[in-house]
Amino acid sequence: MKKKKNESSVTEKRKKVLAGLENFGMKLYDQMEEGVFPWIKMPSRSIENIFYSQEVRQYILGDKTVRRTSRNIRHIRPLTRLVWAARFVHELTQHRKTSTLRDVYYSAQAYDMTFKDQPESNNIITDLETVVGLSREDFNVFPEERSAIFGDLTIEYTVPGYEGRQLNLTSHPDGMMIGPALTSANFVKTGADMVIAIEKGGLFTRFIEEAVHKKFNALLVLTAGQAPRATRHFIHRLNKELDLPVHIFTDGDPWGMHIAMVIISGSANAAHLRELTTPDATWSGMWATDIVDYKLPSDPLTNIDIKRLHELQRDPRYKGKLWQREVKKFLKIKKKAEQEAFSRYGLTYIVDEYLPAKLEETS
Amino acid sequence: MAQTFEEISAADFFYRNRDIAGFTNPARAVFSSMRELVENALDASDLYSVSPDIYIRLSQEDEAEPDEIAVYTLRIEDNGSGIPPRHIPSAFGQVLFGSKYKLKQARGTFGLGGTMAILYGQITTHKPVYVASSTGTSKIYKYKLMIDIQRNRPLILDRKIQINKDKWRGTIVEFCLEGDYFRAMPKILEYLKQTALVTPYANITFIDPKGRLYKFTRVTTKMPPPPKETLPHPYGVDVETIQRLIRITPCRNMLDFMKTHFHRVGENIAHHFLEFAGISERKNPKKLKPHEIVRLVRMIKRFKGFLPPDASCLSPLGEELLKAGILKELKPEFTAVFQRKPSTYSGHPFIVETAIVYGGDVPKDDFPVYRFANRIPLLYDEASDVSVKVIRSINWRRYKVLPDMPIAILVHVCSTKVPYKTVGKEFIADRPEVKREILNGIREVARQLQRFLTKREHVEKERRRLSVFSKYLPKIARFSTELAGKEKTPDIKKLLRTVRKLEEEKK
Repeated sequence: MKKKKNESSVTEKRKKVLAGLENFGMKLYDQMEEGVFPWIKMPSRSIENIFYSQEVRQYILGDKTVRRTSRNIRHIRPLTRLVWAARFVHELTQHRKTSTLRDVYYSAQAYDMTFKDQPESNNIITDLETVVGLSREDFNVFPEERSAIFGDLTIEYTVPGYEGRQLNLTSHPDGMMIGPALTSANFVKTGADMVIAIEKGGLFTRFIEEAVHKKFNALLVLTAGQAPRATRHFIHRLNKELDLPVHIFTDGDPWGMHIAMVIISGSANAAHLRELTTPDATWSGMWATDIVDYKLPSDPLTNIDIKRLHELQRDPRYKGKLWQREVKKFLKIKKKAEQEAFSRYGLTYIVDEYLPAKLEETS
Repeated sequence: MAQTFEEISAADFFYRNRDIAGFTNPARAVFSSMRELVENALDASDLYSVSPDIYIRLSQEDEAEPDEIAVYTLRIEDNGSGIPPRHIPSAFGQVLFGSKYKLKQARGTFGLGGTMAILYGQITTHKPVYVASSTGTSKIYKYKLMIDIQRNRPLILDRKIQINKDKWRGTIVEFCLEGDYFRAMPKILEYLKQTALVTPYANITFIDPKGRLYKFTRVTTKMPPPPKETLPHPYGVDVETIQRLIRITPCRNMLDFMKTHFHRVGENIAHHFLEFAGISERKNPKKLKPHEIVRLVRMIKRFKGFLPPDASCLSPLGEELLKAGILKELKPEFTAVFQRKPSTYSGHPFIVETAIVYGGDVPKDDFPVYRFANRIPLLYDEASDVSVKVIRSINWRRYKVLPDMPIAILVHVCSTKVPYKTVGKEFIADRPEVKREILNGIREVARQLQRFLTKREHVEKERRRLSVFSKYLPKIARFSTELAGKEKTPDIKKLLRTVRKLEEEKK
């Protein structure tokens, strides 16, 4: 087993978060001390200011900025909410408590600052991410979790009450939920050589049962559809901190393809954030080509599928040769297939035949 | 079988057709009786230019059986001009006898209403009417009368003369009638309220059959200038009028005739007209033949050179008094009043006064329309009235008026001849000239309301602005202090002062 670095990136991150939030407070404080209406400047998140950067290999925000000032009647409310949110997550981070977006919405009401609705409160958290340049998971604000991980990785908790406690992620045969505790855990060591991310729960379970983690010496990650940001960040860390290559297996349709793409290159919605992408990860299947090569049972593409494919064809993230080829292939064969389609050749075929072949092809 | 022909008297005619004068049913009858007598009382005060004190008492004779119509006694006292003693019997005992058959504005015009009320009382209760009146001389004349319906003549049952120690002046009328006060009550109270509104210089006291007291107190002693009597305007005359004038005229030639008997016709205009009509200036009017009279009337209508009638014969309330009345009765947040310039329809001068009222006692989402004609509130047949048609045709959104706002509109038309559609004086007919004046009058006050609403909106917005700043700035201060880990909250009073100052500058 390789011993990986034990450097606590998580503890460091927390310091960075606290400092970022405190700076933000300090800036407003100083402005008021000088008799100025407090104001802030942050990158604009409007569509015109979102660009795809080939360099960073993800969406980034352009140079456009927006100014929010308490001098303006339309700004003062959102600005107050933003400061409140900063103070709220500062407290969370300090006490190493976690919270959900729903919590944020209700907590504000205790301060007589009712958000109009959940989207408004979510939006304020996104503003805070933009201002401080960190993602909400760093502030300990999490969405509902549904993704999981299984494999030979030992982690050390940092959450209160579990500090220093270690756990090997093979301990539970259903996999471990990638929740706040796991997200904030430090990596201790791993025996794995790669990460395999899987779109669907059924296949994730099959892989564990068939001991894919042993046969291929891999960590298995269930994205459960579109991967949540915490999971994308987790995959990013596995790739960066542990130097593990990442393979992604999804359904053979435009939607599965895009699940892989968001893990690799991120989304426009998160253009203000870094460390959510894994540009070196590969999409290993199922491709349109696989449907033909493996003669898989398939369904015809719907109109919505086809429309989506045309969109993807124009998407800057899809410039790569593989992506363009597969989009064209889908459009040509006008078919799609689910991961479960391999069951036609027996339950273990996908593990015994398909997986090794694809891993070799895309490594 | 031979047909029988008989002549009926005016009293008899109205006895047989009491519906047309507003005595349709017991509720309507009690309302109309009170209204007619109140209007006579107010006219009597106007005539003497004295601030009216009107006292009305409606009392119930005895408890009516459930299926019986109740009998009430109606008593009305005023401090008006009083009636000369020799006219008292006819004024109250003869239909279509009156002092108002002249060309000047008055509430009543037909000499019908008061006597009609008494007639109605007599036919439902067969009891006489008591009248006491004095013109302020040393004597008070008291009469007990009934009407001889078939002959349209008063029957004097009793007459007393009393020494007028206190120099009292005015008239008291008391008589019995069948009625239904409780069904009439809403209209009666509305009538008194609106009368008080349009007569802000009057004290009106009303005691209803349950002994409840309603008091409308004057807020001013100023009265609108009394109207002057005028000659008929050429555009308003017909063949019959000309014939009557010829009968009484002392003039020996047509030039003098035209100058003497018509409103706003002088030497010059008379000369031009006669030339236009091809009638010799020297012709003796008494020698005009019937076909020449018909032609004269035709030429009059065709001639374009007559001046429009002047409005000295009219007595509008005036913006000041109208406003006083509105403030007194509706206590509004805002009101705008406007008096249009005099105008004419078919030779009859008229003036339109309009007002718009916002807030106060004005009910929400009712959009009441207070209609007045010669200072009489019009309460029935609202939907047929020209004002209501005009108001409906206006796009109120343009004036920032929304459906749930507490807004009322007031329209007062005064004229020597209000274009009523019925004898019951309930709604004004759709004359284009009148309609246009009403429309323009309402537009003017609506524009003023719009300015008020805009300004109020602005003030409200500024108030909200300030409250937003004073709510949120302290919060920003508190949260950022906590976030920065500071002890002392920064002083934001100065910032809040700036907000206030900026707002004042804007105003």
